[in-house]
Amino acid sequence: MKVDLRINGASRSADIEPRKTLLDALRENFLLNGTHAGCEHGVCGACTVLVDGEPVRSCLMFAVQADGYEITTIEGLASAPGELSVIQDAFCETHGLQCGYCTPGMILAADALLRHTLTPTREDIVEAISGNICRCTGYGQIIEAVQFAADRLRKANTLRPHHDAAHHGHAERDTPAEGVLEAAEADEPVVEAK
Amino acid sequence: MTAGPAALRFVSANRRVREDRRFVAGRGQYVADVALEGMLHVAVLSSPHPAARIVSIDASAALAMPGVHYVLTGDELAAATDPLMNGLDTPLVRRHPLAVGQTRYAGEWVAAVVADTRALAEDAVENVDVTYEPLPFVISAEEALRPDSPPVHPAHGSNVLLDRTFVWGEVEKHFAESPRHLSFRVTWGRNSTVPIETFGVAASWDPWRDMLDVWASIQMPKYPDQIARALRIPANNVRVHQDVDVGGSYGVKRGIKQTVLVAHLARRLGRPVRLIEDRLENMGGGDAHGPDRIFDVEVAFNDDGIVKSMKIRALDNAGAYAGRAPFQLGKPIGAIVGPYRIESVQYRAQSVTSNKAVQEAVRGFGQAPTNYAIETAIDKVAAAVGLERIEVRRRNFIRKEQFPYLIPSGSTYDSGDYHTVVDKVFAHIDFAALEKERDRLRASGLLAGIGIAACLEPSGGNSSFEPLLNEKNTTSTWMDSCRINIDGLGFVTVTIHNTSSGQGHETLVATVIGEVLQIEPDLIRVVRPDSLACLPSNSPVGSRMAIMLGGAAFHAAQKLKTKLTRIGAHQFGLGEDKMVYAAGGVTDPSSGRQLGWAEITNIAHRNHHLLPEGMEPGLESTHVMQVPTGGKLPKDGRVQMYPCHSFEFHVVLMAIDPELGKPEIRRYVIGHDCGTVINPHIVKGMTLGGIAHGLGAALLEEFVYNGEGQLITQSFMDYLLPSSHEVPEVEIVHHCTPSPYTVFGQKGSGESGYLGAPAAISAAINDCVAALGISFNKLPIRISAIGDAIAEAQQAKPQKKSKEQAK
Repeated sequence: MKVDLRINGASRSADIEPRKTLLDALRENFLLNGTHAGCEHGVCGACTVLVDGEPVRSCLMFAVQADGYEITTIEGLASAPGELSVIQDAFCETHGLQCGYCTPGMILAADALLRHTLTPTREDIVEAISGNICRCTGYGQIIEAVQFAADRLRKANTLRPHHDAAHHGHAERDTPAEGVLEAAEADEPVVEAK
Repeated sequence: MTAGPAALRFVSANRRVREDRRFVAGRGQYVADVALEGMLHVAVLSSPHPAARIVSIDASAALAMPGVHYVLTGDELAAATDPLMNGLDTPLVRRHPLAVGQTRYAGEWVAAVVADTRALAEDAVENVDVTYEPLPFVISAEEALRPDSPPVHPAHGSNVLLDRTFVWGEVEKHFAESPRHLSFRVTWGRNSTVPIETFGVAASWDPWRDMLDVWASIQMPKYPDQIARALRIPANNVRVHQDVDVGGSYGVKRGIKQTVLVAHLARRLGRPVRLIEDRLENMGGGDAHGPDRIFDVEVAFNDDGIVKSMKIRALDNAGAYAGRAPFQLGKPIGAIVGPYRIESVQYRAQSVTSNKAVQEAVRGFGQAPTNYAIETAIDKVAAAVGLERIEVRRRNFIRKEQFPYLIPSGSTYDSGDYHTVVDKVFAHIDFAALEKERDRLRASGLLAGIGIAACLEPSGGNSSFEPLLNEKNTTSTWMDSCRINIDGLGFVTVTIHNTSSGQGHETLVATVIGEVLQIEPDLIRVVRPDSLACLPSNSPVGSRMAIMLGGAAFHAAQKLKTKLTRIGAHQFGLGEDKMVYAAGGVTDPSSGRQLGWAEITNIAHRNHHLLPEGMEPGLESTHVMQVPTGGKLPKDGRVQMYPCHSFEFHVVLMAIDPELGKPEIRRYVIGHDCGTVINPHIVKGMTLGGIAHGLGAALLEEFVYNGEGQLITQSFMDYLLPSSHEVPEVEIVHHCTPSPYTVFGQKGSGESGYLGAPAAISAAINDCVAALGISFNKLPIRISAIGDAIAEAQQAKPQKKSKEQAK
C-alpha cells in the first residue's frame, strides 16, 4: 500500500507491504542504511530512530504506522555531507564506539536525551542509552561522549531555550513536538523557543 | 629497535580514531548494505531435533510459491562441495553447511530457501516439509565422554575429538614433595560474544570470468583459501572484498559454512545471493557459540602459599562438529601458569562432540576460562593457608628481573612488572579504604565482598596450538603484511589485507607509518584491496594486530625511509649514512643542503636519471612479517605459543542484597599493562568492552540446552546481554612495560579486560557469600542462582536467621 512518510524533514512515499517494518522500509525503500538490524525483536536498539523526537525501535513498528510522524534517522543529524553534529563529533572525540554497528541508534538515543536536558547526570545518560546494547565498548566512552556533547552544547554560542525538566517533562514527550526535526538538522539540541 | 614512548610523536598520542567518522554518520559499509543487481535472498530451515535421521524433504509446496527460486538440501550441497575444514585430525567428523542424512543439534540448518526477498524466503521455509526420525542424543560433555553415549558422528567411533595429556616438569615429584594439596571443579558456561550484527554474506558468480565474488561480515584467517577448497575451485577464482565493515566479531565471525552455502547457490542459480542471519538463525544454528568447559584442578603448595605444581583437566563440549573449536584448549598452554612461578603442570585437554551447536573462536580463544580456573585456584590456596589473596599472588608472581621467563610448557614470557602494577592499583584504590567500605556495606545488611584477579593476555600468536594439537599440521608462521605506495604527487596510500570489526586497523597503520616517515598520519590513505590484490594476512585474531600489522607497517615504512634517504644522498653525492632524514626530507648536515618530500618523490617517479644505479623507480614497499619468537614447530609437547604477554589486574567491590540476590558492582578497577600503547582511545575501549563482555560471561550470558536437547536461550529476552545499567564505571590504572620483541614495545590488547573479569567477578561474589558458607563454582552466576543459594543457606541456619529477625 502507498505510505507517505516524513523522513529527515522530507516527504517520502513508497508502495510498502503492510507487514513491512519501518526498519526494512527505511533500508530497502528509502536506502537509509544507517539504521541497522540487530535482534529484530526489540531488545538491542540497533534499529533506533527518532519518531517525533523520541527513540523508537524501528523493528517493532510497521512502516505504515509511521504515517504522519516525523522520522529522524542517523542520516538526518549531520548538517551537510561530510559534516557531523556536535553529538556525532563527540563520539569521535571520546571514541565512543568501535565497530559502529550500534552507533547510529546510540547517537539517536543520546540526541533524544540532549533534546530534553543539557545537564544530564551520569545516571540520566545510563538510563537514556540503556535500551541500546553495545558489545564493543562497555559503554564507558559512550557515556563520556554524551557528557562531552552536553558540555559543548551548553557552551555553544547559539540561542537556546532554557530547559527545565519540571516544565518539559515526560508528559510533553508523548505529544509530537513541532520543530524537532529542524532542530536536528540545524545541529541544535532543541529549538522550540518561540 | 624499541624506542621509548617518550620519543614518539604519534604513537601513544591522544589522536582520534579515523574509522569513527564514517560510523557516527551511519556510513559504515556493512554486508547488509551491499546491494547487488538481481540479488536473491536466503532463509534457512532449522532442525527441531537434537538428533534425527532426515527421512525426506518435500520442497514442492515451497517451490510453488511466487517469488521462490530454489530450495537447497544438504545432499545436493554435499555432492557439490567438500566438507569444511577440521582443525584436528578427525576426518570422519564431516561438517557440511547443511545437515546431510541426519541432524546433529536442534537448530542445525537442514535446507535453504532462495527467494526474491528475505520475507518471501521466510514464508517459504514454513512450507518445506521434512520428515525426521528422532535419534538418541547427548548434551552434557561428561555423558558424551562415556563409551556408551550416543555417538554424534558414528563413523568417528566415539565422541572424543581430543584427549591429550601434557606433563611439563616433574609434576608427580612436586606433588609428593608439597605439604599441602587441594582440588576443586569449576565450570565455564557456554556463552559467546554475540555481536549485534549477525553474520552475513553475499556472493556472486561469473562463469565467464570464472570468478566468485564474496562480501562478508568476516573475521577468518585464510578465508578465501577455505572457500576455494570447499567449492573445489582455484583459490584465485575467489575474490573476497575486504572493504566490508564488520559489525562486531570478537572472534566468532568465521561464517565459512554460510559462505559455502551462499557461494554454491550463486553458482547454481547464476544470480547474486545473500544470507543475512536473523537472530534465531544466528544463535541457534550460526555455529558461533563459545567454550563450554569443565575444569578439574589440583594444586600442590606449601604453608607459605607458594604454589609448586598444578594438574588441570579441561573437558570442553565442542558441540556437534569439530571446526577450530578444540584448538581453544591449546592456546591457554602458552600461559598455563598465569603470571605465577609454578614449576610444573600437568594439563589434560579433552574435547568431545555433543548434540549442541558448533563452537567457534571466542575472544581469548580459551584463555578467559583457563584464567578463571587458575585464579580460583589461587584464591583457594589463600583460604587454605590463611593468607590474604593478594599476598599469595605477590608471593607467587614472576618477578620483574626474571624476564624473559620460560614457563614449563615452553613459552617464554617477554616482559612484565606484576608487582608494580598491583602496587599502583592498590595505591589508586586505597585498598584499606575499600575494605572499610566493604565492611560498612556488610554492617548495613548487605552481602559485600572484594574480588581480585591477575592474568595474562598472550598476544601476537603464531597459531602454534595447531601443530601442538595436530601433528599433521606444520604451521609455523602466522604472518601479516602491509604495502605502502607513495604516488607521483607525494601522497601516501597504504593497503591492509583483512577486514576489521572495530579494532581501528586503519588508525593503527596510519599512526605507525606517520611515526616512521615523520609525516602527518591523517594524510595517509588506508585501503583494503580485495583478496586477489592482497598480501598474506591471518586476520585480526589473538590480539595480534598492533604487533603484527603494526610491525609490518613499521618495517614497510622503514624500507621507504631508507629509499628516500638513498635518493636524497645520491643527489648530494654522499653516502646515505651521512644524511639525516627528518619530517619527510633529507638533509646533509655538513653543508645544510636539503631535499624535501616533494622533490624526492618527484625524482622517484619522474627522474630515473637521478636515481642511484640499479634502483627501481617509484616509491613502493611491502613487508610480510613473521611472528616475533615464532618459526619453530613444537617439540616434546612444548612450544613458544605467543610472543607478547600483557598483564591485567582486576579489583571488584561487590554488594548483594540478600533478599534479591542481585549482584551490584560498587567499584571496578583494572590495572593494565600492554606495553607501548599505539592509540590510547582504542586500548581503553578494548579494555572496557572486554570487562563488559566478561561481566556478561560471569553473571548473565549462557546458551542453555534443556533435557530435550533444545536451546532455550536463543533470543535477547533470555540470552541476556549487559546493558549500560549492568556495566559499572571502570577505573583504569596504566602501566607500561615495553615488550623487547616488538617495534615500539607494544603488546596486544584486543582481549584485555575479558580475560580476567569473569574470575574477578566470580571471586567477588564468592567473597560476598563466604560468610553464609556457600560458594559458586559455575559461570554464569545468575541472579536466580544467587537468590536461591542465599535462601537455602539462610534456611539451613534457621536459628540464626530468626535471631537476626528478632533484632
